[in-house]
Amino acid sequence: MILVIAEQRDGRLNRATWEAIAAAQQLADGDEPVGVAVLGSGIDAAAAELAAADVSSVWAVNHVLLASYTPDAFVAAAADVITALSPSHVCLPHSYQTRDFAPVLAARLDRALITDVIGVGRRDGAPVFTRPMFQGKLVAEVVAEGAAPHLVSCQIGAFRADAARRGSGAPVIAHVPVIDSAALRQRAEAPFQETKAAVDLSQAERIVAVGRGIKAQEHLTMAQALADAFGAELAASRPICDNGWLPMERQIGSSGQTVAPKLYVAVGISGAIQHLVGMKGARTIVAINKDAEAPMFEVADYGIVGDLFEVGPALIAELRKG
Amino acid sequence: MKIAVCIKQVPTREWQPRLSDDRTWVRDTEISYEMNEPDAYALEEALRLKEKHGGEVVVVSAGPSRVQQVIREALARGADRAIHAQDDALGRADAWAAAAAVAEAVRPEQFDVVLTGLQSDDQGHAQFGPVLAERLGMPHSTIIMEVLVADGHLRVKRELEGGWFQYLSMPLPALLTIQSGINQLRYATLKGIMAAKKKDIRVVTPDAPVTSRQRVLSLSVPQKSKQTAMITGSPADAAKELVRRLREEARVL
Repeated sequence: MILVIAEQRDGRLNRATWEAIAAAQQLADGDEPVGVAVLGSGIDAAAAELAAADVSSVWAVNHVLLASYTPDAFVAAAADVITALSPSHVCLPHSYQTRDFAPVLAARLDRALITDVIGVGRRDGAPVFTRPMFQGKLVAEVVAEGAAPHLVSCQIGAFRADAARRGSGAPVIAHVPVIDSAALRQRAEAPFQETKAAVDLSQAERIVAVGRGIKAQEHLTMAQALADAFGAELAASRPICDNGWLPMERQIGSSGQTVAPKLYVAVGISGAIQHLVGMKGARTIVAINKDAEAPMFEVADYGIVGDLFEVGPALIAELRKG
Repeated sequence: MKIAVCIKQVPTREWQPRLSDDRTWVRDTEISYEMNEPDAYALEEALRLKEKHGGEVVVVSAGPSRVQQVIREALARGADRAIHAQDDALGRADAWAAAAAVAEAVRPEQFDVVLTGLQSDDQGHAQFGPVLAERLGMPHSTIIMEVLVADGHLRVKRELEGGWFQYLSMPLPALLTIQSGINQLRYATLKGIMAAKKKDIRVVTPDAPVTSRQRVLSLSVPQKSKQTAMITGSPADAAKELVRRLREEARVL
């Protein structure tokens, strides 16, 4: 069996969970069942939602000590369910939460963990995983060493959530993990946002992102108008946020957010790899840049070579026509 | 407070990789190296903790003899001494193997705090810190943007996704992985560079053979996967055509 560890917060599933399910189904290739475990407290609705996936079972791993995330509690619960189910692989979304606990989980189980996976395949029947190296300058095909289970975390946006096959209703199995409260060393306080207007761009359906080509802070008014016309969130590449023109939470890329919206419009962004890794999973990418050689055009579905200060207002006018 | 900071030597950002003949690694004789950027922020945070709370900062690095370049740089910025887990096989080892070698080298020192960057700019496993914490039996937290110390405890600000943060507390000793941008980096002064020459680097050779948990079958340059439809014409015409195709072809509006 291949086990997916779902991610939820306050009972709501992270969309990247469905990407991990898609990866697990691809890895299983019809030869192995895929199961899902969701860890937390008050997770009945999340488990019911997961039961719609084409999976053999959903394990609702429920414990009051999982109510707010801490790495020690999640490692204990995940180790418990993995030991009970003996999967061949464990798939997780490569989220900040996975990055926090999965390496410790792998170390405690004494098993391999391959992170940031963007592709799964087989060579001579054995699973082979593709992952970026050297900041995306290269991609590596890697195999896990040592005994199963092998843990795999999937880069956000690398697999399509809508490619996860739906089934006819998988059974939900309640599982109460053994967690020794005395062994929990971290105490978590409630998550908070630094700014009131904070936005989770990973959940946005459409994003308009601006880069160095925007040139000056006052031009962000036009960028915001363009985003509004698209019904999109406004985002940026790192230099814009480093300048303080937009808050850091709106930064897309390896040091910012990773997104996979339906539409990504890159305006005046050249497309350095640090930016591309954060958005290349978008379904449709539009690049608008005056430099025809900009790497952004290599990942774009639609490209306009032109002055963004002319194309931007024209697009706003066109979109407002409805 | 006795602070260890683990740093990695990685290729410079400008480096353009060339593959080795067997295509399982890069031509590593042609690389110029620098300190992994997130580790530089971890070093800075360690120096600030020492300035506030006293103690010493010990820089730790795993790798072939070449990594003494970044060890010397850390010493020049203000670290007191260094531990070098030295083995040629650590040059391309994964995070698992590096954590094993470093755990062995630092365990006898009984550090109060171990800091490192959230991930490396070369292999990018983002595993070294948490695996080291587990091997040392320490609690940990990752992607940290603020470190507070009081009464034998750490209180840290952890970055979540989407502009969210969270404070966590844990007892010392503990391990943290540091996010880039947590502080403003200092650079080595001439005085620091001179002083670094006299600072101690303890070289430790791992007892056990260096064993990675994953094997690279092949490396390659990423393929361009998309056909880009270039839309031409006046700004107004191009805008009209783009919107039409986004509505009718891509169906994203």
